[in-house]
Amino acid sequence: MANDPIIRLRGVTKDYGSGATLFQALKGIDLDIERGDFVAVMGPSGSGKSTTMNILGCLDVPTAGTFLFRNHHVETLDRDQRALLRRRYLGFVFQGFNLLSRTTALENVELPLLYRGEDKKTRYDLGMAALDKVGLKPWWDHTPAELSGGQQQRVAIARAIVTSPDVLLADEPTGNLDSERSVEIMELLTDLNRNSGITVLMVTHEPDMAAFARTIVHFKDGLVERIEKGQAA
Amino acid sequence: MIIGTTVTLAFRAIARHKLRSFLTTLGIIIGVAAVVTMTTLGNGATAAVREQISSLGANILQLRPGQGFGRGGGGPKPPDFEPDDVTAIANQLTGVRAVAPQASTSGIAIYEGSNWNTTVNGTTAAYFEAQQWKLDSGRLFMPEEEEAGKPVCIIGSTLRNNLFRQADPIGKRFRIKGVSCQVIGLLATRGQGGFGNDQDDVVVMPIKFVQRRFTGNRDIGLIMVAVDDAYDSGTVQDSLEQLMRERRKVKPGSADNFNVFDTKQISDTLTGTTTILTQIVGAVAAISLLVGGIGIMNIMLVSVTERTREIGIRLAIGAVAQEVLLQFLVEAIVLSCLGGLIGLGLALVASLAIAPLMQVPFIFDLKINVLAFLFSAAIGVVFGYFPARRAASLNPIDALRHE
Repeated sequence: MANDPIIRLRGVTKDYGSGATLFQALKGIDLDIERGDFVAVMGPSGSGKSTTMNILGCLDVPTAGTFLFRNHHVETLDRDQRALLRRRYLGFVFQGFNLLSRTTALENVELPLLYRGEDKKTRYDLGMAALDKVGLKPWWDHTPAELSGGQQQRVAIARAIVTSPDVLLADEPTGNLDSERSVEIMELLTDLNRNSGITVLMVTHEPDMAAFARTIVHFKDGLVERIEKGQAA
Repeated sequence: MIIGTTVTLAFRAIARHKLRSFLTTLGIIIGVAAVVTMTTLGNGATAAVREQISSLGANILQLRPGQGFGRGGGGPKPPDFEPDDVTAIANQLTGVRAVAPQASTSGIAIYEGSNWNTTVNGTTAAYFEAQQWKLDSGRLFMPEEEEAGKPVCIIGSTLRNNLFRQADPIGKRFRIKGVSCQVIGLLATRGQGGFGNDQDDVVVMPIKFVQRRFTGNRDIGLIMVAVDDAYDSGTVQDSLEQLMRERRKVKPGSADNFNVFDTKQISDTLTGTTTILTQIVGAVAAISLLVGGIGIMNIMLVSVTERTREIGIRLAIGAVAQEVLLQFLVEAIVLSCLGGLIGLGLALVASLAIAPLMQVPFIFDLKINVLAFLFSAAIGVVFGYFPARRAASLNPIDALRHE
């Protein structure tokens, strides 16, 4: 059991629309992701990588097929059950940072803890520890408008890891950053993957960024085209 | 998620948008302030009217000759009442607290250099009992003074101020309509009567004296019958009318040649009028409260659209729909409650400032204040629910992509 993959997709399809306007975004995906892996998902626009990430992030459900997360079926869960799953096991980092404006870095990081019902002291301690991990402890009381893009993405990463999730899902985390900041973010993700044991799933367009991953999954036309080992493996 | 956290989140969201939050609640602030101020002032006005009416003498039946109150009419003048009528009413009717005859005239009172035109009421000591009118100093008529019609008088404070200034009038003699009389009592000040007359501008004397020296006959123009509080004034009025028909030999089928005027009736009518006015003004103000509620809904809907991304983030990091709904609902409730509280404060200041200008007493009505506050909270629930439900039903993927 312990060696079972943390994520297992079997024959997953996803349809949008119906009848004449039917569009099949995923045409039958089989994919296993091992615990502790660092996976980069690549592929051209419309290849199905974003749809797959939405399903893996429990934000969306497949039209058909099975999705096992920690050996539990996700495709049968309702909206709120999936929300609780995200709250407990998943962390999200987005291309556009998606921090709450006019809200300090610490308050942003504390947000997932609020939904977990943690008390004020625990929220502060865990929030500050997460900010420390991304190197932003001195900036805890700055709002997003007072932080650079790279710093904002670090706050977003701190928010994603503050709950010690099993899986971190990052959707083009370096898409809005210059190459120097991008490398810093990738080094941070690599560190979290190696030293905190967090499984990282990352969508990216850039081969330079994918090079940080251990496994690279290539999508094409709604199918997995090929899986290769990354340089980090 | 615990309610306390939701409230914290709501306060944070409100604090992030102070000006917008204030403008949102403005409708509620004005609505609550208007309703509470209007009702408070209205209650003050009702109390003022009731106060004036009760100065007429609460629950007094006024018995007058003639048909209808203040109406002339043709034919022979209906006979005035006789002293025996007063005795008969006092002895034969139940539920009567006091019966006082009254013969009135007016004349000029003169004391040293001052003179003053005033009302002269001839009556008995029962007059004061019927009206529950106390003396400030001095004494009432003795039975033998009433019997003999002695020239003694009890004066109102207006007459005293104009004749005697600051001096103590008890024991002094002054002239009224050419006869001398001695002051034995000073009445407590009653103020304006129900019809704007000055009730304190009066000199009260034994009725026999007034009849003998001023009116020249033994007729009684008015009998005041004070009804015991334990009895229904309508029942007493019926038996009074029955008794007078017998005594005045009114044939069955023909109209009364006297009339009974119930002060309680007019009191009820007048206070009823001010109460209805208060309710109408209150209802108009309540509409502004409703408009305020719609304002809250409007801003909350804008807020949900503007914060779509934020909602997406919350959903993505694991908020369940119920929690998002609760957050926006609590935000609306906190906003409307804050507005309600500010409105109550404003109403308090406004009522305290306006009441003296309107010459009505300020009466703090806890019930209205609590009711207005609860109503504003209810507006938050009602008008916050729809936007909150819209926020909770957003799809996280679409919400995150929202620009």
